[in-house]
Amino acid sequence: MVAQILFLVITLAAIALFTFNFRKIIRNIRLGKSVDRSDQPQKRLMTMLRVAFGQSKMVVRPIPAFLHFFVYIGFVIINIEVLEIMIDGLFGTHRIFNGLGGLYNFLIGSFEILALTVWVSCVIFLIRRNVLKLRRFKGVEMTNWPKSDANYILIVEILLMSAFLLMNAADAKLQILGANHYTVAGSFPVSQYLMNLLPSNESALVMIERGCWWFHIIGILAFLNYLPYSKHFHILFAFPNTYFSNLEPKGEFTNMASVTNEVKAMLDPSFVPAETEAGKFGAKDATDLTWVNLMNAYTCTECGRCTSVCPANITGKLLSPRKIMMDTRDRIDEIGKNIEKNGPEHQDGKALLDDYITREEIWACTSCNACVEACPVNIDPLQIITELRRYAVMEESQAPASINAMLGNIENNQAPWKYSPADRFNWANEK
Amino acid sequence: MEFKVPTMAELMAAGEEPEILFWVGCAGSYDERAQKITRDICKILHHVGIKYAVLGTEEGCTGDPAKRAGNEFLFQMQAMTNIEVLNAYNIKKIVTGCPHCFNTIKNEYPGLGGTYEVIHHTQLIQDLINEGKLKAEGGESFKGKKITYHDPCYLGRGNGIYEAPRKALEVLDAQLVEMKRCKSNGLCCGAGGAQMFKEPEKGKKDINVERIDEALETNPQFIAAGCPFCMTMLSDGVKLKDKEQEVKVLDIAEITVRANGL
Repeated sequence: MVAQILFLVITLAAIALFTFNFRKIIRNIRLGKSVDRSDQPQKRLMTMLRVAFGQSKMVVRPIPAFLHFFVYIGFVIINIEVLEIMIDGLFGTHRIFNGLGGLYNFLIGSFEILALTVWVSCVIFLIRRNVLKLRRFKGVEMTNWPKSDANYILIVEILLMSAFLLMNAADAKLQILGANHYTVAGSFPVSQYLMNLLPSNESALVMIERGCWWFHIIGILAFLNYLPYSKHFHILFAFPNTYFSNLEPKGEFTNMASVTNEVKAMLDPSFVPAETEAGKFGAKDATDLTWVNLMNAYTCTECGRCTSVCPANITGKLLSPRKIMMDTRDRIDEIGKNIEKNGPEHQDGKALLDDYITREEIWACTSCNACVEACPVNIDPLQIITELRRYAVMEESQAPASINAMLGNIENNQAPWKYSPADRFNWANEK
Repeated sequence: MEFKVPTMAELMAAGEEPEILFWVGCAGSYDERAQKITRDICKILHHVGIKYAVLGTEEGCTGDPAKRAGNEFLFQMQAMTNIEVLNAYNIKKIVTGCPHCFNTIKNEYPGLGGTYEVIHHTQLIQDLINEGKLKAEGGESFKGKKITYHDPCYLGRGNGIYEAPRKALEVLDAQLVEMKRCKSNGLCCGAGGAQMFKEPEKGKKDINVERIDEALETNPQFIAAGCPFCMTMLSDGVKLKDKEQEVKVLDIAEITVRANGL
């Protein structure tokens, strides 16, 4: 009975804490500007099913795709087992789904095999990160915290899977011993090999079984609460992020309605502008971005596929699309904390542009869309870069001198170079 | 040129409408290397007998480099001016010689009142081959020659057009070799996003050199391009590597013209 109450208290506390932190993140995302992504629900659903559920963009790199698939499937399916653990914990039962008979044995057997594949995958991931030191996991933005974050996640997953398998091994051994309360249930294709490592003493086995059971479930609840602080949020946000992702051709940049009004009024004095959101042009701070940009930032799991295909980054420039996303998240988190401390009107005198992302970075972008194409969860760093450029050019008139010269040429000569418009058709005079 | 390139103004005066408008673009109008491609696209249009026209001096920058650089004002000024001209001529279909013009007119003009059917010249060439109007005979033979095609970002990733340029090359019976990074994974030449008009940021290598190194790994005789900016970047790269004698950078329109002896 004490155990049941303790379980209930821990579970409720964990869920409450997660909800509290999750709502803060939703609030932060809502600090972004509005953008309508309610069109074409069917196409959006298909995109989500294909990209998030189907992992379609992962297959470009087969080895990590294969390993990640196991961890993903393991995460989704082993959660069925968590449901049983929850019920057992609350009602003091043991293996409540046992009544499913053959199906139950099949399920437990599958969970065990999945747990093993998750375990092996995570170990390989750790080796890739820390021993092989792939270029993708390096970079200026991969400072101590992002590196440790990745390792913590992998180590916790390995520990959780170990506890799950060890728990089953102890359970199986207790079942063979005919221990009270341990009804014969489940099949143990993996943990049967761990049984020999365990003592034969019944009370020691019960201790191990219970210990692992508590460790596993508390571990899961702790992991849930680690998500809001880590890069691992993609396990939840991948789904809405792909659903609300851009469906238009990648080459298409948005036309700014606020500019259209002004240009139309300039070309036609009788034009009456439609109501649009007033404000600055482009983005200086994270709150000038759209909520989709901000959700992108929380979805990013820092895998670095974007940066590894970025032509600027490959050739040694400072720009890293992954850093753009990490900076955006860090900044909107900071703004959120400021709001909590000092109220919604507080200004800390800092901004995304210059304090986080430098001019050198935004001007190194070729807008080639390689980063957008590479992202397995449809994050769009290019949109953020474009908004920052818009602010630099339209609000501050601060572009590199050669860019200003090009803009001046278009304005005066209808071409980015200094040629006379009258000469535009001269090409037809030659052979 | 051996024939006169018709302008919209002339057609209008004669009370005629073209089947397609050829949007030349700034590079195609002023850049010496790109002018050759422009004339070759006209040669193809003339050869197959499509009724076409150009805007001539009435054409102005689409605004693409302004938009990518962040100057939305200038972009929309250019766009609305061009749309006014295009709509006044009742233009329905446009072929462009540049993926940047193509992307801008196709995707960004409709929201500002300019809706047209827009294709890139490699798509036109593919269509003409499919319709049997264009073959690869009567000119230089590319049979068995090694060609590698560089995907322009605004044609490939930007608009998902990977097959048309390759179809236009397949007809040559040449040996098409792909670079390691091709199609949706293609590496940018380094010119997009208004980079064409500025010095690159500090780094350890220029992007076009990185791309040319990769292209040269395939040991090509020809590098095929479909964009005047890629053309500049790739040609510069080949020059830098001192490979101008062995490797030619040609636009798909130029290859088509050569293969047909136009």
